[in-house]
Amino acid sequence: MSDSDNSAGERSPRESATWRIKTGMAAMLKGGVIMDVTTADQARLAEDAGAVAVMALERVPADIRAQGGVARMSDPEMILEIMKTVSIPVMAKARIGHFVEAQVLESLGVDYVDESEVLTPADERYHIDKHGFKVPFVCGCRNLGEALRRIAEGAAMIRTKGEAGTGDIVEAVRHARSVLGEIKRLTVLGNEELVAAAKDLGAPLELLREVAGSGKLPVVNFAAGGIATPADAALMMQLGVDGVFVGSGIFKSENPAKAAAAIVRAVQHYDDAAVIAEVSRGIGAPMRGRAVQEIPEGERLAARGW
Amino acid sequence: MSPAPPDDAVRVGVLAIQGDVAEHLRSIAAAGGRPSRIRRPADLNDIDGLILPGGESTTIGMLGGEAGLLSAIRLRVAEGLPVWGTCAGLILLAQDVGQAQPLIGGLDVTVARNAFGRQVDSFEVDLDVAGLTDGPFRAVFIRAPVVCRAGPAVEVLARLNDGTIVAVRQGLMLGTSFHPELTGDHRLHTLFLRMVAAQRSASRQSRA
Repeated sequence: MSDSDNSAGERSPRESATWRIKTGMAAMLKGGVIMDVTTADQARLAEDAGAVAVMALERVPADIRAQGGVARMSDPEMILEIMKTVSIPVMAKARIGHFVEAQVLESLGVDYVDESEVLTPADERYHIDKHGFKVPFVCGCRNLGEALRRIAEGAAMIRTKGEAGTGDIVEAVRHARSVLGEIKRLTVLGNEELVAAAKDLGAPLELLREVAGSGKLPVVNFAAGGIATPADAALMMQLGVDGVFVGSGIFKSENPAKAAAAIVRAVQHYDDAAVIAEVSRGIGAPMRGRAVQEIPEGERLAARGW
Repeated sequence: MSPAPPDDAVRVGVLAIQGDVAEHLRSIAAAGGRPSRIRRPADLNDIDGLILPGGESTTIGMLGGEAGLLSAIRLRVAEGLPVWGTCAGLILLAQDVGQAQPLIGGLDVTVARNAFGRQVDSFEVDLDVAGLTDGPFRAVFIRAPVVCRAGPAVEVLARLNDGTIVAVRQGLMLGTSFHPELTGDHRLHTLFLRMVAAQRSASRQSRA
Protein backbone atom coordinates (compact mmCIF):
# COMPACT_ATOMS: atom_id res chain seq x y z
CA MET A 1 0.00 0.00 0.00
CA SER A 2 1.17 3.56 -0.49
CA ASP A 3 2.92 4.97 2.55
CA SER A 4 2.25 8.50 1.45
CA ASP A 5 -1.25 8.56 2.82
CA ASN A 6 -1.48 8.27 6.57
CA SER A 7 -3.21 11.58 7.00
CA ALA A 8 -6.57 10.32 8.16
CA GLY A 9 -7.76 9.98 11.71
CA GLU A 10 -10.61 10.35 14.13
CA ARG A 11 -11.66 13.90 14.98
CA SER A 12 -14.23 13.22 17.74
CA PRO A 13 -14.88 10.68 20.47
CA ARG A 14 -16.56 7.49 19.24
CA GLU A 15 -20.28 7.34 20.00
CA SER A 16 -22.07 4.01 20.18
CA ALA A 17 -25.76 3.09 20.46
CA THR A 18 -26.94 6.32 18.82
CA TRP A 19 -30.42 6.36 17.29
CA ARG A 20 -28.78 6.34 13.86
CA ILE A 21 -26.73 3.24 14.73
CA LYS A 22 -29.81 1.45 16.07
CA THR A 23 -32.17 2.30 13.22
CA GLY A 24 -29.36 1.98 10.64
CA MET A 25 -28.79 -1.62 11.67
CA ALA A 26 -32.43 -2.38 10.81
CA ALA A 27 -32.07 -0.53 7.48
CA MET A 28 -29.41 -3.08 6.49
CA LEU A 29 -32.03 -5.84 6.87
CA LYS A 30 -34.52 -4.32 4.41
CA GLY A 31 -35.68 -6.59 1.61
CA GLY A 32 -34.72 -9.61 3.69
CA VAL A 33 -36.17 -12.53 5.63
CA ILE A 34 -35.53 -13.06 9.36
CA MET A 35 -36.09 -16.66 10.44
CA ASP A 36 -36.95 -18.22 13.80
CA VAL A 37 -34.44 -20.92 14.70
CA THR A 38 -34.13 -23.15 17.77
CA THR A 39 -30.76 -24.86 17.16
CA ALA A 40 -27.37 -24.10 15.61
CA ASP A 41 -28.19 -26.48 12.74
CA GLN A 42 -31.37 -24.58 11.95
CA ALA A 43 -29.42 -21.30 12.10
CA ARG A 44 -26.93 -22.63 9.56
CA LEU A 45 -29.77 -23.78 7.31
CA ALA A 46 -31.32 -20.31 7.53
CA GLU A 47 -28.05 -18.57 6.66
CA ASP A 48 -27.43 -20.96 3.77
CA ALA A 49 -30.92 -20.21 2.44
CA GLY A 50 -30.17 -16.47 2.39
CA ALA A 51 -31.74 -15.21 5.63
CA VAL A 52 -30.53 -11.72 6.63
CA ALA A 53 -30.78 -12.56 10.34
CA VAL A 54 -32.02 -15.27 12.67
CA MET A 55 -34.23 -15.08 15.75
CA ALA A 56 -32.91 -17.51 18.37
CA LEU A 57 -35.67 -18.98 20.52
CA GLU A 58 -36.38 -22.17 22.42
CA ARG A 59 -39.69 -23.08 20.79
CA VAL A 60 -41.24 -21.73 17.62
CA PRO A 61 -44.60 -20.01 18.22
CA ALA A 62 -46.60 -23.01 16.90
CA ASP A 63 -45.08 -25.17 19.66
CA ILE A 64 -45.56 -22.50 22.32
CA ARG A 65 -49.21 -22.40 21.28
CA ALA A 66 -49.56 -26.20 21.31
CA GLN A 67 -47.63 -26.87 24.53
CA GLY A 68 -48.79 -23.93 26.62
CA GLY A 69 -47.01 -23.06 29.85
CA VAL A 70 -45.02 -19.88 30.47
CA ALA A 71 -42.85 -18.87 27.51
CA ARG A 72 -39.65 -17.07 28.58
CA MET A 73 -36.34 -15.82 27.24
CA SER A 74 -34.30 -18.69 25.78
CA ASP A 75 -31.35 -20.43 27.45
CA PRO A 76 -28.24 -18.25 26.96
CA GLU A 77 -26.28 -21.39 26.12
CA MET A 78 -28.45 -21.98 23.06
CA ILE A 79 -28.29 -18.33 21.99
CA LEU A 80 -24.48 -18.25 22.30
CA GLU A 81 -24.20 -21.46 20.31
CA ILE A 82 -26.22 -19.88 17.49
CA MET A 83 -24.16 -16.68 17.66
CA LYS A 84 -20.99 -18.77 17.23
CA THR A 85 -22.46 -20.63 14.26
CA VAL A 86 -23.58 -17.87 11.87
CA SER A 87 -22.08 -14.62 10.58
CA ILE A 88 -25.45 -12.92 10.05
CA PRO A 89 -27.06 -10.95 12.93
CA VAL A 90 -28.69 -12.88 15.76
CA MET A 91 -31.83 -11.60 17.48
CA ALA A 92 -33.50 -12.99 20.60
CA LYS A 93 -36.78 -12.44 22.40
CA ALA A 94 -37.48 -10.94 25.83
CA ARG A 95 -40.89 -10.93 27.48
CA ILE A 96 -42.89 -7.70 27.28
CA GLY A 97 -41.78 -5.51 30.18
CA HIS A 98 -39.06 -7.93 31.33
CA PHE A 99 -36.15 -5.53 31.28
CA VAL A 100 -33.83 -7.95 33.07
CA GLU A 101 -34.23 -10.54 30.31
CA ALA A 102 -33.33 -7.70 27.92
CA GLN A 103 -30.27 -6.83 30.06
CA VAL A 104 -29.18 -10.48 29.89
CA LEU A 105 -29.60 -10.59 26.12
CA GLU A 106 -27.65 -7.34 25.77
CA SER A 107 -24.82 -8.75 27.89
CA LEU A 108 -24.71 -11.86 25.67
CA GLY A 109 -24.13 -9.56 22.71
CA VAL A 110 -27.21 -10.35 20.63
CA ASP A 111 -27.60 -7.88 17.78
CA TYR A 112 -31.30 -7.06 18.31
CA VAL A 113 -33.83 -7.76 21.10
CA ASP A 114 -37.44 -8.54 20.19
CA GLU A 115 -39.74 -7.46 23.02
CA SER A 116 -42.27 -10.03 21.98
CA GLU A 117 -45.91 -10.90 22.56
CA VAL A 118 -45.03 -14.47 21.59
CA LEU A 119 -43.55 -14.87 25.08
CA THR A 120 -45.71 -14.59 28.19
CA PRO A 121 -45.82 -10.91 29.22
CA ALA A 122 -43.99 -9.98 32.43
CA ASP A 123 -45.66 -6.59 32.84
CA GLU A 124 -49.24 -5.84 31.82
CA ARG A 125 -48.86 -2.08 32.21
CA TYR A 126 -45.40 -1.09 30.98
CA HIS A 127 -43.19 -2.08 28.12
CA ILE A 128 -39.40 -1.87 28.47
CA ASP A 129 -37.76 1.58 28.45
CA LYS A 130 -35.72 0.76 25.38
CA HIS A 131 -33.84 4.07 25.20
CA GLY A 132 -31.84 2.94 28.21
CA PHE A 133 -30.18 0.08 26.30
CA LYS A 134 -27.20 -0.07 23.94
CA VAL A 135 -28.75 -3.00 22.06
CA PRO A 136 -31.53 -2.00 19.63
CA PHE A 137 -35.10 -3.33 19.97
CA VAL A 138 -37.80 -4.49 17.59
CA CYS A 139 -41.41 -4.47 18.83
CA GLY A 140 -44.72 -5.71 17.47
CA CYS A 141 -47.77 -3.59 16.66
CA ARG A 142 -51.32 -3.95 15.36
CA ASN A 143 -51.87 -0.34 14.33
CA LEU A 144 -50.09 2.97 13.95
CA GLY A 145 -50.74 4.15 17.50
CA GLU A 146 -49.14 1.04 18.94
CA ALA A 147 -46.17 1.36 16.55
CA LEU A 148 -45.55 4.98 17.58
CA ARG A 149 -45.89 4.20 21.31
CA ARG A 150 -43.18 1.55 20.91
CA ILE A 151 -40.98 3.94 18.92
CA ALA A 152 -41.48 6.57 21.65
CA GLU A 153 -40.20 4.00 24.16
CA GLY A 154 -37.12 3.47 21.98
CA ALA A 155 -37.96 0.67 19.52
CA ALA A 156 -35.63 1.13 16.52
CA MET A 157 -37.55 -1.31 14.33
CA ILE A 158 -41.21 -2.28 14.12
CA ARG A 159 -42.93 -5.44 12.97
CA THR A 160 -46.63 -5.93 12.57
CA LYS A 161 -47.75 -8.65 14.99
CA GLY A 162 -49.99 -10.85 12.89
CA GLU A 163 -50.94 -13.95 14.84
CA ALA A 164 -47.79 -15.98 15.48
CA GLY A 165 -47.76 -19.76 15.20
CA THR A 166 -50.93 -20.04 13.13
CA GLY A 167 -49.73 -20.10 9.53
CA ASP A 168 -52.78 -17.91 8.87
CA ILE A 169 -51.83 -14.67 7.11
CA VAL A 170 -55.08 -12.83 7.84
CA GLU A 171 -53.92 -10.99 10.96
CA ALA A 172 -50.59 -9.97 9.41
CA VAL A 173 -52.56 -8.45 6.53
CA ARG A 174 -54.99 -6.75 8.90
CA HIS A 175 -52.16 -5.16 10.91
CA ALA A 176 -50.08 -4.10 7.93
CA ARG A 177 -53.12 -2.56 6.22
CA SER A 178 -54.03 -0.80 9.43
CA VAL A 179 -50.57 0.74 9.94
CA LEU A 180 -50.02 1.66 6.30
CA GLY A 181 -53.59 2.93 5.84
CA GLU A 182 -53.38 5.14 8.92
CA ILE A 183 -50.09 6.58 7.67
CA LYS A 184 -51.72 7.48 4.33
CA ARG A 185 -54.58 9.15 6.16
CA LEU A 186 -52.19 11.27 8.26
CA THR A 187 -50.48 12.73 5.20
CA VAL A 188 -53.62 14.67 4.24
CA LEU A 189 -54.47 16.04 7.71
CA GLY A 190 -54.04 19.65 8.76
CA ASN A 191 -52.19 20.67 11.91
CA GLU A 192 -55.29 20.85 14.10
CA GLU A 193 -56.44 17.48 12.79
CA LEU A 194 -53.06 15.94 13.68
CA VAL A 195 -53.53 17.00 17.30
CA ALA A 196 -56.88 15.22 17.38
CA ALA A 197 -55.37 12.19 15.63
CA ALA A 198 -52.61 12.03 18.26
CA LYS A 199 -55.29 11.88 20.94
CA ASP A 200 -57.29 9.22 19.08
CA LEU A 201 -54.27 7.06 18.29
CA GLY A 202 -52.75 7.51 21.74
CA ALA A 203 -49.43 8.45 20.17
CA PRO A 204 -47.00 11.36 20.65
CA LEU A 205 -47.84 14.35 18.44
CA GLU A 206 -44.20 14.92 17.47
CA LEU A 207 -43.93 11.42 15.99
CA LEU A 208 -47.29 11.84 14.27
CA ARG A 209 -46.08 15.07 12.64
CA GLU A 210 -42.95 13.28 11.45
CA VAL A 211 -44.97 10.44 9.92
CA ALA A 212 -47.43 12.85 8.33
CA GLY A 213 -44.55 14.74 6.73
CA SER A 214 -42.59 11.76 5.42
CA GLY A 215 -45.48 9.38 4.66
CA LYS A 216 -43.71 6.51 6.40
CA LEU A 217 -42.67 5.25 9.82
CA PRO A 218 -39.42 6.75 11.12
CA VAL A 219 -38.03 3.19 11.48
CA VAL A 220 -37.94 0.05 9.36
CA ASN A 221 -41.21 -1.92 9.36
CA PHE A 222 -41.33 -5.69 8.83
CA ALA A 223 -44.32 -8.05 8.76
CA ALA A 224 -44.63 -11.05 11.07
CA GLY A 225 -47.09 -13.60 12.41
CA GLY A 226 -48.64 -16.15 10.05
CA ILE A 227 -46.39 -16.09 6.99
CA ALA A 228 -46.25 -19.71 5.76
CA THR A 229 -45.65 -19.64 1.98
CA PRO A 230 -43.60 -17.72 -0.60
CA ALA A 231 -46.82 -16.10 -1.80
CA ASP A 232 -47.65 -14.99 1.77
CA ALA A 233 -44.26 -13.31 2.03
CA ALA A 234 -44.64 -11.59 -1.35
CA LEU A 235 -48.16 -10.46 -0.39
CA MET A 236 -46.80 -8.62 2.64
CA MET A 237 -44.04 -7.04 0.54
CA GLN A 238 -46.53 -5.84 -2.07
CA LEU A 239 -48.65 -4.34 0.69
CA GLY A 240 -45.61 -2.21 1.51
CA VAL A 241 -43.57 -3.64 4.39
CA ASP A 242 -39.74 -3.57 4.30
CA GLY A 243 -39.18 -7.30 4.91
CA VAL A 244 -40.61 -10.31 6.74
CA PHE A 245 -40.13 -12.44 9.82
CA VAL A 246 -40.97 -16.11 9.35
CA GLY A 247 -41.43 -18.08 12.54
CA SER A 248 -43.04 -21.48 12.48
CA GLY A 249 -43.56 -21.28 8.71
CA ILE A 250 -40.14 -22.72 7.90
CA PHE A 251 -39.35 -25.40 10.46
CA LYS A 252 -42.96 -26.60 10.68
CA SER A 253 -43.09 -27.14 6.93
CA GLU A 254 -42.40 -30.47 5.24
CA ASN A 255 -39.04 -29.39 3.80
CA PRO A 256 -37.53 -26.48 5.76
CA ALA A 257 -34.50 -25.96 3.50
CA LYS A 258 -36.70 -25.64 0.41
CA ALA A 259 -39.29 -23.50 2.19
CA ALA A 260 -36.59 -21.15 3.51
CA ALA A 261 -34.88 -20.72 0.15
CA ALA A 262 -38.22 -20.21 -1.63
CA ILE A 263 -39.44 -17.55 0.82
CA VAL A 264 -36.14 -15.61 0.55
CA ARG A 265 -36.43 -15.57 -3.25
CA ALA A 266 -40.10 -14.64 -3.16
CA VAL A 267 -39.24 -11.61 -1.02
CA GLN A 268 -36.49 -10.57 -3.41
CA HIS A 269 -38.81 -10.88 -6.44
CA TYR A 270 -42.03 -9.95 -4.63
CA ASP A 271 -43.48 -8.14 -7.65
CA ASP A 272 -42.68 -10.89 -10.17
CA ALA A 273 -45.42 -13.56 -10.17
CA ALA A 274 -43.48 -15.83 -12.55
CA VAL A 275 -40.58 -16.05 -10.09
CA ILE A 276 -42.95 -16.62 -7.15
CA ALA A 277 -44.59 -19.44 -9.14
CA GLU A 278 -41.22 -20.95 -9.98
CA VAL A 279 -39.88 -20.91 -6.40
CA SER A 280 -43.20 -22.29 -5.07
CA ARG A 281 -43.00 -25.44 -7.18
CA GLY A 282 -42.40 -28.74 -5.40
CA ILE A 283 -41.24 -27.32 -2.10
CA GLY A 284 -43.37 -29.70 -0.01
CA ALA A 285 -46.35 -28.94 2.20
CA PRO A 286 -46.37 -25.71 4.18
CA MET A 287 -47.09 -25.86 7.93
CA ARG A 288 -50.60 -27.19 8.49
CA GLY A 289 -51.57 -24.19 10.55
CA ARG A 290 -54.66 -23.18 12.39
CA ALA A 291 -57.22 -20.60 11.27
CA VAL A 292 -57.19 -17.56 13.54
CA GLN A 293 -61.01 -17.57 13.62
CA GLU A 294 -60.92 -20.93 15.45
CA ILE A 295 -58.71 -19.50 18.19
CA PRO A 296 -60.58 -18.04 21.18
CA GLU A 297 -59.91 -14.34 21.78
CA GLY A 298 -58.19 -15.09 25.08
CA GLU A 299 -55.57 -17.28 23.39
CA ARG A 300 -54.57 -14.76 20.75
CA LEU A 301 -51.01 -13.52 21.17
CA ALA A 302 -51.47 -10.23 19.29
CA ALA A 303 -53.68 -8.90 22.08
CA ARG A 304 -50.71 -8.94 24.46
CA GLY A 305 -49.20 -5.47 24.93
CA TRP A 306 -51.04 -2.24 24.13
CA MET B 1 -37.87 15.65 -2.82
CA SER B 2 -34.78 16.50 -4.80
CA PRO B 3 -35.20 18.58 -7.95
CA ALA B 4 -35.16 16.65 -11.24
CA PRO B 5 -31.57 16.11 -12.36
CA PRO B 6 -30.32 17.87 -15.50
CA ASP B 7 -30.34 15.89 -18.74
CA ASP B 8 -26.58 15.31 -18.63
CA ALA B 9 -26.64 14.08 -15.00
CA VAL B 10 -24.66 10.90 -14.50
CA ARG B 11 -26.76 7.77 -14.16
CA VAL B 12 -25.84 5.86 -11.02
CA GLY B 13 -27.41 2.48 -10.26
CA VAL B 14 -27.76 0.89 -6.84
CA LEU B 15 -27.63 -2.90 -6.61
CA ALA B 16 -31.16 -3.59 -5.33
CA ILE B 17 -31.18 -7.12 -3.99
CA GLN B 18 -31.37 -6.32 -0.29
CA GLY B 19 -30.18 -3.65 2.14
CA ASP B 20 -30.30 0.14 2.41
CA VAL B 21 -30.98 0.77 -1.28
CA ALA B 22 -33.45 3.64 -0.80
CA GLU B 23 -30.94 5.61 1.29
CA HIS B 24 -28.38 5.48 -1.53
CA LEU B 25 -30.99 6.40 -4.17
CA ARG B 26 -31.86 9.50 -2.13
CA SER B 27 -28.20 10.44 -1.64
CA ILE B 28 -27.43 10.09 -5.37
CA ALA B 29 -30.35 12.36 -6.24
CA ALA B 30 -29.29 14.88 -3.59
CA ALA B 31 -25.76 14.92 -5.07
CA GLY B 32 -27.20 15.69 -8.53
CA GLY B 33 -27.14 12.24 -10.11
CA ARG B 34 -29.88 10.19 -11.72
CA PRO B 35 -30.48 7.12 -9.55
CA SER B 36 -31.89 3.75 -10.58
CA ARG B 37 -32.35 0.29 -9.09
CA ILE B 38 -30.30 -2.56 -10.50
CA ARG B 39 -32.22 -5.82 -10.16
CA ARG B 40 -31.16 -7.79 -13.24
CA PRO B 41 -28.07 -7.88 -15.48
CA ALA B 42 -29.75 -5.90 -18.30
CA ASP B 43 -30.22 -2.94 -15.93
CA LEU B 44 -26.43 -2.48 -15.98
CA ASN B 45 -26.59 -1.29 -19.61
CA ASP B 46 -28.20 2.01 -18.67
CA ILE B 47 -25.82 3.32 -16.01
CA ASP B 48 -22.54 5.23 -15.81
CA GLY B 49 -21.67 4.13 -12.27
CA LEU B 50 -22.77 1.58 -9.67
CA ILE B 51 -23.15 1.55 -5.89
CA LEU B 52 -23.22 -1.65 -3.85
CA PRO B 53 -25.20 -0.76 -0.71
CA GLY B 54 -25.08 -1.95 2.89
CA GLY B 55 -26.95 -5.11 3.80
CA GLU B 56 -26.04 -8.70 4.51
CA SER B 57 -23.17 -9.64 2.21
CA THR B 58 -23.96 -13.37 2.39
CA THR B 59 -27.55 -12.79 1.22
CA ILE B 60 -26.65 -10.25 -1.47
CA GLY B 61 -23.80 -12.43 -2.74
CA MET B 62 -25.88 -15.59 -2.89
CA LEU B 63 -28.91 -14.04 -4.58
CA GLY B 64 -26.78 -11.83 -6.84
CA GLY B 65 -24.81 -14.88 -7.93
CA GLU B 66 -27.95 -16.83 -8.80
CA ALA B 67 -29.34 -13.92 -10.83
CA GLY B 68 -26.11 -13.65 -12.83
CA LEU B 69 -25.58 -10.17 -11.41
CA LEU B 70 -22.20 -10.74 -9.76
CA SER B 71 -20.58 -11.97 -12.97
CA ALA B 72 -22.27 -9.24 -15.05
CA ILE B 73 -21.00 -6.58 -12.62
CA ARG B 74 -17.50 -8.12 -12.63
CA LEU B 75 -17.46 -7.82 -16.41
CA ARG B 76 -18.73 -4.22 -16.50
CA VAL B 77 -16.25 -3.15 -13.81
CA ALA B 78 -13.42 -4.75 -15.78
CA GLU B 79 -14.60 -2.71 -18.80
CA GLY B 80 -14.37 0.50 -16.75
CA LEU B 81 -17.64 0.97 -14.87
CA PRO B 82 -16.93 3.00 -11.71
CA VAL B 83 -18.18 1.16 -8.62
CA TRP B 84 -18.44 2.02 -4.92
CA GLY B 85 -19.15 -0.47 -2.16
CA THR B 86 -20.32 0.60 1.29
CA CYS B 87 -19.99 -1.90 4.17
CA ALA B 88 -21.46 -5.12 2.68
CA GLY B 89 -20.66 -3.61 -0.72
CA LEU B 90 -17.00 -3.29 0.27
CA ILE B 91 -17.04 -6.97 1.26
CA LEU B 92 -18.43 -7.91 -2.18
CA LEU B 93 -15.68 -5.94 -3.95
CA ALA B 94 -12.85 -7.45 -1.89
CA GLN B 95 -10.49 -9.99 -3.39
CA ASP B 96 -10.54 -12.00 -0.14
CA VAL B 97 -12.75 -12.02 2.97
CA GLY B 98 -11.24 -14.99 4.80
CA GLN B 99 -14.26 -17.24 4.29
CA ALA B 100 -16.00 -18.89 1.37
CA GLN B 101 -18.83 -16.69 0.07
CA PRO B 102 -19.81 -15.40 -3.39
CA LEU B 103 -18.01 -12.13 -4.23
CA ILE B 104 -17.49 -9.74 -7.13
CA GLY B 105 -13.83 -9.16 -6.31
CA GLY B 106 -11.41 -6.91 -8.16
CA LEU B 107 -10.42 -4.62 -5.30
CA ASP B 108 -6.98 -5.78 -4.15
CA VAL B 109 -7.73 -5.88 -0.43
CA THR B 110 -8.40 -8.45 2.24
CA VAL B 111 -11.42 -7.58 4.35
CA ALA B 112 -12.30 -8.81 7.83
CA ARG B 113 -16.07 -9.01 8.38
CA ASN B 114 -17.71 -7.81 11.61
CA ALA B 115 -14.28 -6.55 12.61
CA PHE B 116 -15.39 -4.47 15.59
CA GLY B 117 -17.57 -7.19 17.15
CA ARG B 118 -21.33 -7.30 17.39
CA GLN B 119 -24.04 -4.62 17.05
CA VAL B 120 -23.45 -3.18 20.56
CA ASP B 121 -19.90 -2.38 19.41
CA SER B 122 -21.10 -0.39 16.38
CA PHE B 123 -20.21 3.31 16.56
CA GLU B 124 -19.98 6.61 14.73
CA VAL B 125 -17.10 9.10 14.70
CA ASP B 126 -15.91 12.21 12.86
CA LEU B 127 -13.25 11.02 10.45
CA ASP B 128 -10.80 12.73 8.11
CA VAL B 129 -11.19 11.36 4.59
CA ALA B 130 -8.56 12.14 1.93
CA GLY B 131 -10.06 14.12 -0.94
CA LEU B 132 -12.81 15.71 1.15
CA THR B 133 -12.46 19.34 2.04
CA ASP B 134 -14.64 21.22 4.55
CA GLY B 135 -13.81 19.10 7.56
CA PRO B 136 -14.18 15.53 8.75
CA PHE B 137 -16.94 13.15 7.68
CA ARG B 138 -19.39 11.54 10.13
CA ALA B 139 -18.55 7.87 9.63
CA VAL B 140 -21.24 5.41 10.76
CA PHE B 141 -19.92 1.89 11.38
CA ILE B 142 -22.58 -0.83 11.74
CA ARG B 143 -21.25 -4.36 12.26
CA ALA B 144 -18.63 -3.04 9.92
CA PRO B 145 -15.86 -4.75 7.99
CA VAL B 146 -12.34 -3.30 7.80
CA VAL B 147 -9.50 -3.57 5.30
CA CYS B 148 -6.74 -5.64 6.90
CA ARG B 149 -4.51 -5.81 3.81
CA ALA B 150 -4.31 -3.35 0.93
CA GLY B 151 -2.36 -4.12 -2.25
CA PRO B 152 0.19 -1.76 -3.86
CA ALA B 153 -2.35 -0.22 -6.27
CA VAL B 154 -4.73 0.67 -3.44
CA GLU B 155 -4.85 4.22 -2.14
CA VAL B 156 -5.89 4.56 1.50
CA LEU B 157 -8.46 7.34 1.99
CA ALA B 158 -9.21 6.99 5.70
CA ARG B 159 -7.87 5.32 8.80
CA LEU B 160 -9.02 5.08 12.38
CA ASN B 161 -6.64 6.25 15.09
CA ASP B 162 -5.16 2.77 15.49
CA GLY B 163 -4.27 2.76 11.79
CA THR B 164 -7.15 0.50 10.70
CA ILE B 165 -8.03 1.18 7.06
CA VAL B 166 -11.72 2.03 6.52
CA ALA B 167 -11.82 3.77 3.11
CA VAL B 168 -9.89 2.93 -0.07
CA ARG B 169 -9.70 3.69 -3.75
CA GLN B 170 -8.16 1.67 -6.54
CA GLY B 171 -8.66 3.25 -9.95
CA LEU B 172 -12.40 3.39 -10.55
CA MET B 173 -13.25 1.37 -7.45
CA LEU B 174 -14.14 2.96 -4.14
CA GLY B 175 -14.74 1.14 -0.87
CA THR B 176 -15.88 2.37 2.55
CA SER B 177 -16.46 0.39 5.74
CA PHE B 178 -18.97 2.98 6.87
CA HIS B 179 -22.35 4.26 5.61
CA PRO B 180 -22.32 7.79 4.10
CA GLU B 181 -25.89 7.16 2.91
CA LEU B 182 -27.13 7.23 6.52
CA THR B 183 -25.90 10.78 7.07
CA GLY B 184 -27.22 13.95 5.49
CA ASP B 185 -23.68 14.62 4.23
CA HIS B 186 -23.45 13.93 0.49
CA ARG B 187 -19.77 14.80 -0.04
CA LEU B 188 -18.71 11.21 -0.68
CA HIS B 189 -21.59 10.68 -3.11
CA THR B 190 -20.51 13.89 -4.83
CA LEU B 191 -16.93 12.63 -4.99
CA PHE B 192 -18.11 9.34 -6.51
CA LEU B 193 -20.34 11.16 -9.00
CA ARG B 194 -17.31 13.19 -10.09
CA MET B 195 -15.37 9.94 -10.66
CA VAL B 196 -18.31 8.66 -12.72
CA ALA B 197 -18.57 11.88 -14.75
CA ALA B 198 -14.82 11.91 -15.46
CA GLN B 199 -14.92 8.30 -16.63
CA ARG B 200 -17.95 9.00 -18.83
CA SER B 201 -16.26 11.90 -20.61
CA ALA B 202 -13.06 9.87 -21.01
CA SER B 203 -14.89 6.98 -22.64
CA ARG B 204 -16.93 9.34 -24.85
CA GLN B 205 -13.69 10.94 -26.05
CA SER B 206 -12.08 7.59 -26.77
CA ARG B 207 -15.17 6.60 -28.80
CA ALA B 208 -15.19 9.92 -30.70
